[in-house]
Amino acid sequence: MSRPNYDRDRGLALLTMMERIRAFERTAEQAAVRDQLVLGAIHLSIGQEAVAAGLVGALRRDDLMVSTHRGHGHTLAKGADPAAMMKELLGRQGGCCGGKGGSMHIADFGVGMLGANGVVSANITIGAGAAHGVKLLGDDRIVVDIFGDGAINRGPFLEGLNWAAVFGLPVLFVCEDNEWSATTRTADMTAGDGAGARARAIGLPVEVVDGNDAEAVADVARSLVARVRDSRAPAFLHARTFRQGGHTYFDPASYRSADDTAARIASDDPIDRQRAALGAAGVADADLDRLRSDAEAEMAAALEAAKAAPFPDADQTFTDVQDIGAPEAAA
Amino acid sequence: MSRMTYAEAARTALAEAMRADPRVWCVGEDLGRGGVFGQYKGLREEFGPDRVSDAPISEAGIMGAAFGAAMVGTRPVVEMRFADFALCATDELVNQVAKARFMFGGQSRAPMVIRKPMGMWRSSAAQHSQSLESWYAHIPGLVVAVPSTPQDNYTMMHAALAADDPVVYMEHKNIWALEGDVDVGEPYDWGTARRRHAGDDLTLVCWSDTANVAERAAATLAAEGIGADVLDLRTLWPWDRDGVLDSVARTGRLLVAHESVGAGGFGGEVVATVCQHAFDALRAPPRRLAAPRSLIPYAPNLEDRLRVTEDMIVAAAREMCA
Repeated sequence: MSRPNYDRDRGLALLTMMERIRAFERTAEQAAVRDQLVLGAIHLSIGQEAVAAGLVGALRRDDLMVSTHRGHGHTLAKGADPAAMMKELLGRQGGCCGGKGGSMHIADFGVGMLGANGVVSANITIGAGAAHGVKLLGDDRIVVDIFGDGAINRGPFLEGLNWAAVFGLPVLFVCEDNEWSATTRTADMTAGDGAGARARAIGLPVEVVDGNDAEAVADVARSLVARVRDSRAPAFLHARTFRQGGHTYFDPASYRSADDTAARIASDDPIDRQRAALGAAGVADADLDRLRSDAEAEMAAALEAAKAAPFPDADQTFTDVQDIGAPEAAA
Repeated sequence: MSRMTYAEAARTALAEAMRADPRVWCVGEDLGRGGVFGQYKGLREEFGPDRVSDAPISEAGIMGAAFGAAMVGTRPVVEMRFADFALCATDELVNQVAKARFMFGGQSRAPMVIRKPMGMWRSSAAQHSQSLESWYAHIPGLVVAVPSTPQDNYTMMHAALAADDPVVYMEHKNIWALEGDVDVGEPYDWGTARRRHAGDDLTLVCWSDTANVAERAAATLAAEGIGADVLDLRTLWPWDRDGVLDSVARTGRLLVAHESVGAGGFGGEVVATVCQHAFDALRAPPRRLAAPRSLIPYAPNLEDRLRVTEDMIVAAAREMCA
């Protein structure tokens, strides 16, 4: 499929980021399964890379983001160092959170990534609040507040969207809809017409996008980010994608048909689609393959760096708890 | 030295801090009208609606949004209206606010003052009367303040507003109108108790409004020749462990009195600490006076069954010193 006035550079940037995210996730999975070095649960975003890549391309580096337990891709796209992220997954010194947060609390405040969150939906009010802070400070940053389709059935969805609307806050809410709430189909547990309809009821402008089409996500993100930045008011994006794997890396997803999943992946993989778009625009397969091998090499190096890093000093258990009233190791 | 009520003292400190630091702002239900207990009266007029902000009845939203705003560099004062309603924001406080600095490896701070008016005031029943301060003492990352006098509500509010940690700040609803002298220059160190009455026969540990009850009991006991060393902890985390241990080393007796439920309460922590570290000094078994593990009723005669009174403290002290 060739598009008129196709921006090859942007197309390549999107593919590069998606390949990097997938390579990070595959490498993290290897580190968990093959090497047994990731001790806690990790939630992979394989199949959802176009949302992260498309969104973040529309942001400034100083814009802010909050994310979910499935947040590696968002964090990498926002500009975090993959070696620091991999160290965090392995619980090592030099991890972005010093090895104290792990996968589900990955954060890099230096690139405006204010944290993944282990509690579904909790980041929705927090992101609205970051935008509230930006408003009070009077600068022109915006916040991208990413959550999954499972999050729309908790209270913070209502409270956070309403908050952003009544206070007029510069936040773009993004429902990254991968169809699954952990191991239950979201559609079976969600009344009404879903995320966009609920956001519309609160008065937010809503766009729905094919979240496996990186170019489409990038287009709608550019327009919504500009709208939020200029209007200083919230907007809502419903990005439909698909979680190719299980809830965690050790979930075989036996609750759904493997054949259906394989067919979805074969017909609607965001990276395959982006490669096809670039191929149609005249980019050689060898160049596309090189993007993939470069990404894989980058993430393999990140894993090696993480393996070489020591665990944190034992006294880190008691640092950064609070200034007033130091923790006590003994009762 | 000026004369202020407990409510005015905190309001004065808050206004002073807001004048000094434009990053300080307040958010909660009905703050534009001065707050449900008038704790914010006049602040909207001085600081405007952005810094003294109303909020929807969305406790989780208030706490979560204030937390997000704290992470980007503002210093929110979060009004929860009643400690009971703050339970709607428990995930936001316990899983988010308290943990952010630690789990993000020190990248973030949550400098927030979280006001949760607590305690029994007449016939407010089970959902508007609770004292849940012990819960928050159990959560690493939180500071827990329970001031009992106008002086402390002035000094400790200033300290809370200056802190970079989240401070759960629990004022007792029964004493908003309590008047007292306030020395605006009085120094304060976190985790230090105030000696409300000096004595050598019995250490009486208390906090919040029970400290006022205990001080009156100590006057009665003094007239009978029993010297109560009344330590108002003022904060449950950090708490004045050394001050309590020093006092017990002198008196050999420990009585803890608090309004909240005894079972699982912070009084148990105080008693356990004394037994572990000052057992040899004890001349009598330590004792606790606290609410029985029942629910707070509406009818006044029923409600009174849960209160720790001056008479109860006096009687317990007499028995322990007999």
